Amino acid sequence: MAVRKTKHEMPEQSPKKRIKNFKEVPYGYDKETSIEEAKRCLQCKNKPCMDGCPVEIDIPGFIKCIAEGDFDKAAEVVKDKNSLPAVSGRVCPYENQCEGVCTLKKIGEPVAIGRLERFIADYEREKGAKIPKKAKSTGKKVAIVGSGPAGLTCAGDLAKMGHAVTVFEALHAPGGVLMYGIPEFRLPKKIVNSEVNYIKKLGVEVRYDMVIGKTITVDELFEEYDAVFIGTGAGLPRWLKIPGENLDGVYSANEFLTRVNMMGAYRFPECDTPVKIGKIVATFGAGNVAMDCARTSLRLGAEKSYIIYRRSDVEMPARNEEIEHAREEGVVFKLLTNPVKFIGDDKGLLTQVECIKMKLGEPDDSGRRRPIPIPDSEETIKIDTALVAIGQSPNPLIPQTVKGLKMGKWRNIDTDEDGRTSIPGLFAGGDIATGAATVILAMGAGKRSARAINKYIKSKK
Amino acid sequence: MYKILEKKVMSETVKLMKIKAPIVAKKAQAGQFIILRIDDKGERIPLTIADFDRKKGTITIIFMEVGKTTKQLGTLKVGDSLENFAGPLGMPSEIKKYGTVVCIGGGVGIAPLYPIVKALKEAGNHVVSILGARNEKLLLLEKEIESFSDEFYIATDDGSKGHKGFVSDVLQEQIDKKEKIDMVMAIGPVIMMKVVADLTRKYDIKTLVSLNPIMVDGTGMCGGCRVSIGGETKFACVDGPEFDGHLVDFENLMLRNRRFIKEEEESCRLAGV
Ligand SMILES: Cc1cc2nc3c(=O)[nH]c(=O)nc-3n(C[C@H](O)[C@H](O)[C@H](O)COP(=O)(O)OP(=O)(O)OC[C@H]3O[C@@H](n4cnc5c(N)ncnc54)[C@H](O)[C@@H]3O)c2cc1C
Ligand SMILES: Cc1cc2nc3c(=O)[nH]c(=O)nc-3n(C[C@H](O)[C@H](O)[C@H](O)COP(=O)(O)OP(=O)(O)OC[C@H]3O[C@@H](n4cnc5c(N)ncnc54)[C@H](O)[C@@H]3O)c2cc1C
Ligand code: SF4
Ligand code: SF4
Ligand code: FES
Repeated sequence: MAVRKTKHEMPEQSPKKRIKNFKEVPYGYDKETSIEEAKRCLQCKNKPCMDGCPVEIDIPGFIKCIAEGDFDKAAEVVKDKNSLPAVSGRVCPYENQCEGVCTLKKIGEPVAIGRLERFIADYEREKGAKIPKKAKSTGKKVAIVGSGPAGLTCAGDLAKMGHAVTVFEALHAPGGVLMYGIPEFRLPKKIVNSEVNYIKKLGVEVRYDMVIGKTITVDELFEEYDAVFIGTGAGLPRWLKIPGENLDGVYSANEFLTRVNMMGAYRFPECDTPVKIGKIVATFGAGNVAMDCARTSLRLGAEKSYIIYRRSDVEMPARNEEIEHAREEGVVFKLLTNPVKFIGDDKGLLTQVECIKMKLGEPDDSGRRRPIPIPDSEETIKIDTALVAIGQSPNPLIPQTVKGLKMGKWRNIDTDEDGRTSIPGLFAGGDIATGAATVILAMGAGKRSARAINKYIKSKK
Repeated sequence: MYKILEKKVMSETVKLMKIKAPIVAKKAQAGQFIILRIDDKGERIPLTIADFDRKKGTITIIFMEVGKTTKQLGTLKVGDSLENFAGPLGMPSEIKKYGTVVCIGGGVGIAPLYPIVKALKEAGNHVVSILGARNEKLLLLEKEIESFSDEFYIATDDGSKGHKGFVSDVLQEQIDKKEKIDMVMAIGPVIMMKVVADLTRKYDIKTLVSLNPIMVDGTGMCGGCRVSIGGETKFACVDGPEFDGHLVDFENLMLRNRRFIKEEEESCRLAGV
């Protein structure tokens, strides 16, 4: 029988309906579709897909179990390497990871590995996740700073190795960007919470309101813990640095998304934190964060939602799926357009943005073609809300308070491949080490650090 | 959970609470603040650390009931608990021997001034305190602040106590009278801090103010608390809350603090507070 060349479709909410709610957009595969999709896998001997997975999931292994209808076994295989599969199955850029190197791509579309991972994670969650056997307690203690995907993965793996692990989180909720950044309609918070609960069931303690560097310092953590892992992310918003950026109506993507997601402003006044959204919203930038802002705006009732980006569509850093979803929902893309100033009324309320048209020149350091302003091409666009989503830098709180910590070029913490910093016993991984990247790279870093920490602790005695 | 151990009514709209939070108390310093959340659906609001007791593990907060969260907080009783209480946040005040310092507190800004007055006195400064309020009933911590001050003045808008008029009038008198003032610290309504800064600029007196922009996380992540200082954007929660008063763009702060007024009113109306 010839192999089907395309992935099985995943049903989703229609654009017209979904822009009126915050419910998840795709519904996920059902059992039958999952089995059919799993049967497309060729079970390649050399397992190229696994090289594309930063958390080393035995991909053909779990897909084979699905094809045979043994979902429990499939879940076990996935969970063996990945403690947060319901998260990665939804937001992992698998097109550049596992699916990007799948053998089936030679004849058509790859196996829908991400969707299958999501199916199996949801199947297991609904059934009630099994807690794996833990290694014997080692009597050693590890502190994890930050409960984003890097910290959670590192914590889960270390707990499985038998160490006593405590996660210190500055905010009142776990998950990092998974909770405050990525919107409900892409990653329901119920799912993040249940993945965190799984990590807790492995024996990990999570403590909130712990701003490390302020409430407790890293040095103090070393008085009690044998090793410390820093996974504090890239939370510092970047600005356009143009006039008018402090007008009423201009938000950083982080403030906007945090108000809506973590503080529940979309349920205001049931939740106490407000957010104000105008009729015409412009989001600056074209990454995942920008798509999330533009789509959230529509759901909050904006009549028009622009993406304003200084390069062209081929350079947009967001995942294709996100761009596609945004387009379907009616987000208007204004490409090769760069803001030069925000304009407000006499009360300081944002009313317009002045932009200039751009053209593309030679490639720059990033390998992308450099945008160049076209003289006399200014235009003003009427807007009442601006969301600045042009990237984040590593959070400076920890680096500022740890003496002798070697830093990298971009104010990131300098580490080796396994997360070792310049200070023995201090490890770091995820966005704080690499600069803003992806969930799965953060998880992969957490995993490698867990192994290195285990080795370090055992060698220390 | 963080338990309320003590509660005191300071004036009609101002209340004091002592909260059990040993790890915060261990690190707290004058000039820093905490962020609290009453319950699961609550907003995160910043309040200054008005006092702390490291031995007992308590933090004192003094707050004015201005909106939904502070009014709800005011209804809580001794024995009740708060869901979240994170801190100490922000940079501590720079406490050292300046010489003669004038500490000015207006309205609920008197509360955060108290630990600073205390610390400045203990550092060997000659402390002149000026407290201001709309009327006598709204004054706070008079005795406490007076006991750490070398000179002590009061100004009320209606003249019900002390000088009739503004704290800046008293400051002007002090500037005229004194040989030298080495530093002025002003905490209170934005407009008060602006007037004080405008006055001291003329005499080139170093002036620190403590800013109160709207905050969300308090860790430098959201940028909602950004203020413009000498044309540069700073985050009050990590770079502040104290800044050089001569460099602050007060107009912008006033504007940004009005961002959610309509929504806040709606929230109060629906909650019936
Ligand atoms: C809106 C948005 C959408 C995104 N969409 C995608 C996507 O679709 N796919 C994808 O792969 N990636 C996406 N990303 C990127 C991805 O979320 C990040 O790369 C990833 O979350 C980084 O993980 P992390 O664990 O390093 O840090 P974070 O997730 O940033 O977590 C860091 C945690 O540390 C805490 N912390 C910070 N400082 C301290 C301190 N001093 N003490 C204690 N705790 C502290 C923070 O509160 C936070 O909880 C998106 C990012 C954003 C903002
Ligand atoms: C560093 C700092 C220290 C502070 N210390 C004190 C203090 O010691 N005592 C005191 O009474 N007040 C203090 N404030 C102000 C206090 O945080 C606000 O009054 C409180 O958040 C109002 O919340 P609400 O829901 O009751 O009122 P709302 O109805 O939400 O708002 C009333 C007013 O408070 C301001 N406000 C609203 N939300 C916030 C927020 N999240 N952060 C800051 N301001 C906000 C707005 O400008 C608004 O005009 C401080 C603020 C900051 C930033
Ligand atoms: S975690 Fe990402 S890379 Fe790994 S199998 Fe899942 S989707 Fe693929
Ligand atoms: S590369 Fe593709 S087809 Fe081959 S084993 Fe992996 S998922 Fe299956
Ligand atoms: S409160 Fe969010 S950055 Fe200061």
